[in-house]
Amino acid sequence: MSASIAFMDLYSRRLWINRFNLAVSLLTMLIGLFWLGWILLTLFEAGFRTLGPALFFTMTPPPGASGGLSNAIAGSLIMAAMGTLIGTPIGMMAGIYLAEFGSRGWLAPVTRFINDILLSAPSIVVGLFVYEVYVIHTRHFSAWAGTMALALIVIPVVIRTTENMLRLVPDSLREAAAALGAPQWKVITLVTVRAAKAGILTGILLAVARISGETAPLLFTALNNQFWSLDMNQPMANLPVVIFQFAMSPYENWQHLAWAGALIITLGVLVLNILARVFFRNKSPTY
Amino acid sequence: MSSVADTMDGLSRSDAGISPVSKTIPDANLRSQHRLDLLFRLATRFFAFLVLLLLAGIIVSLVAGSLPALRAFGPGFLTSAQWNPVTEQFGALVPIAGTLLTSFIALLIGIPVSFGIALFLTELSPIWMRRPLGTAIELLAAIPSIIYGMWGLFVFAPAFAQLQPWLTATLGAIPLAGMLFQGPPMGIGVLTAGIILAIMVIPFIAAVMRDVFEVVPSVLKESAYALGSTTWEVVWNVVLPYTRVGVVGGVMLGLGRALGETMAVTFVIGNAHKLNASLMMPGNSIASALANEFTEAVGDLYSSALIELGLILFLITFVVLALSKMLLLRLGRMEGQKT
Amino acid sequence: MNAAVLQPVQETLTQKIQVKNLNFYYGGFHALKDINLQIPERRVTAFIGPSGCGKSTLLRTFNRMYALYPKQEARGEILIDGDDILSPRQDLNRLRAKVGMVFQKPTPFPMSIHDNIAFGVRLYESLSMREMEERVEWALRKAALWEEVKDKLKQSGTSLSGGQQQRLCIARGIAVKPEVLLLDEPASALDPISTGRIEELVHELKNDYTIVIVTHNMQQAARVSDYTAYMYLGEMVEFGVTDEVFIKPKKKETEDYITGRFG
Repeated sequence: MSASIAFMDLYSRRLWINRFNLAVSLLTMLIGLFWLGWILLTLFEAGFRTLGPALFFTMTPPPGASGGLSNAIAGSLIMAAMGTLIGTPIGMMAGIYLAEFGSRGWLAPVTRFINDILLSAPSIVVGLFVYEVYVIHTRHFSAWAGTMALALIVIPVVIRTTENMLRLVPDSLREAAAALGAPQWKVITLVTVRAAKAGILTGILLAVARISGETAPLLFTALNNQFWSLDMNQPMANLPVVIFQFAMSPYENWQHLAWAGALIITLGVLVLNILARVFFRNKSPTY
Repeated sequence: MSSVADTMDGLSRSDAGISPVSKTIPDANLRSQHRLDLLFRLATRFFAFLVLLLLAGIIVSLVAGSLPALRAFGPGFLTSAQWNPVTEQFGALVPIAGTLLTSFIALLIGIPVSFGIALFLTELSPIWMRRPLGTAIELLAAIPSIIYGMWGLFVFAPAFAQLQPWLTATLGAIPLAGMLFQGPPMGIGVLTAGIILAIMVIPFIAAVMRDVFEVVPSVLKESAYALGSTTWEVVWNVVLPYTRVGVVGGVMLGLGRALGETMAVTFVIGNAHKLNASLMMPGNSIASALANEFTEAVGDLYSSALIELGLILFLITFVVLALSKMLLLRLGRMEGQKT
Repeated sequence: MNAAVLQPVQETLTQKIQVKNLNFYYGGFHALKDINLQIPERRVTAFIGPSGCGKSTLLRTFNRMYALYPKQEARGEILIDGDDILSPRQDLNRLRAKVGMVFQKPTPFPMSIHDNIAFGVRLYESLSMREMEERVEWALRKAALWEEVKDKLKQSGTSLSGGQQQRLCIARGIAVKPEVLLLDEPASALDPISTGRIEELVHELKNDYTIVIVTHNMQQAARVSDYTAYMYLGEMVEFGVTDEVFIKPKKKETEDYITGRFG
């Protein structure tokens, strides 16, 4: 009798521990969602007030005056586009090496290891690096320097996804192309990469999303520019740095603009992320 | 064998002709293909090598940039709490301490929350909710860090300031540990930075945990359930030990992120080069010192000291991320052996 | 025909592929042991045997597909039209243009039906648009697929059914006009109707090509092949005219395998 009572006690204790811990788990999930909701809500509330055509068509104003973010938006778009254009081919080539030629030798495992570290390395250090090797020598901040810094952030992301996606392509496809007498470079560029296209594109989209919000590497490279400038050899305005400057300022109109800029960036980044997911889900099951 | 000849004629005479092509491929064509193959391989190899070059370039340029500071302060740089641009006396102790402290707080909060989220996503959530919930958590990682910073400064810090007196009254009353919670309720400071960092690293750690939890063979879990284990007991006694290496790898990855995070911290840490016992007082981290001061630094020694800070940050994160990667690789190998 | 059947390999037929003392290694594993074999031109030769016996490995030496992977090595001689293809001087691309291959699972490239076929042709021939269209049609007709796809040549090759995909792969192999066609269990992933069509196709194609087919299905080997090789544990147990191998095998092992499967 007493043994069975003890058993029931133990059992109900175990059940209660289980219930408690699972409830805590649910709570943590809710906490996660709560932060996301809170941040997005704040952004919409604070950003919408300033959202309007003027935001996109007028330039960053001096303190107290009215204006928009047109030069910063243009600068961000230009530098993100250039950074992606430069970083993507480099990353894809290196990713192809890791996936297609990396089975022998020391270079591939070492590169893979280093690349995974660079993927998470502090982006501000990338800014410092570009400052040291480029800005110091040209003696001025410039959009090219910002582009370089962003490209350096794109490269590891593209390397990682290119390699992973190429590895998903079955060897039978490579064999089938080789069996026709195709040289390896054609097998890779015309068949293998093509089969992995959707996945690689997803990776590129995610890389674009990542650099669109990057601030730290632009601080010492592109800096900022209160005027409209498309000269790649001059400092260039960009959303993240403008947001940083305006948000930290005591002027209310600047702070409003900063919120509007924050909303634009976040919406852009979230849309890119969701697009990438939808895109990959629809296109990937070819193989 | 006439029958063979007959059928041959019957079937293939109408065809465009079967004469094989392979014999007519000129040697020059094949040779040029081999050259292109070689060229392509070398090109991809070059770009892979570029990654190593990039790493070497970062280290060399940072070391070169910090040479003046290295000469002026030597190893004492690491232990000095001075930071005086006017007298050109610099020490890294405050930013290093701030970086480590904020990251530590971030992990303290982030690890249990991430574990709970990963547990929910792998064991509790109904199947149809897993994807949207997982995506929501991943979106938390996609939000740019500057947004966290702004939100932290304008929304979270004022709210937190309301809570601070209460924290000082309760936690501050604990002997010894209590001094961590003293100070004016300003909302900003090391503790606030740590909390914001926690929110930022949660999605990274949770994603790795979820992925490694999913790796656990279901046979293993089922046999534990068959013994009458509760869900919690299965996770605690089977899943967690099985994936321990991967979980630690995920935590290290989150730590690497937290250490190098710049903008979120810069907004809320207070940017004060002072060593304080209380977590509620403003401090500084390496990344935010760089973000705030680098472009305005006048004088070679000042910028050199900042670059040396960057070098220290890079080395710390490099070691942490390398450890993380090695742990995750080890988990991968374990799996490889088991399947 | 009877006379020809009774005296096999050595008579009037040309020997397209001659395998002499072939050994194959996967790293340390000795997968093929002293294989000797002569494969006649414009005939279907089948390799049968239990899984892991080395029949696919042997097939993959004929276009040196194994060379894509490190640690795989063939020693001995394989003569195709008298040239040793294992010689280091053999150009693999030329060899593979001459020796086509179709795989167990259909492997359509991620491009249109037309481009799937044009891909191989473009490698070593420069045809005009018109000539290319003719070639594509020719290959698709040969593979008995033309009627089904002639209105959707621009559609992706991956949109076809499994059986159609496999015939597309055969068409792709034929389009480059090889001399030898290697079929590695081409019907094992297909339903019975598609299998039947592939078998008919093999029957027709042997008028133009030397065909080597690996199959685990002995009825299929009996139906489509003129010659059959039975392999076991990396060794060539018996090789001869298909009817003889199936009706009165010389070796006890062959008989056991065949009767075991049939019975």
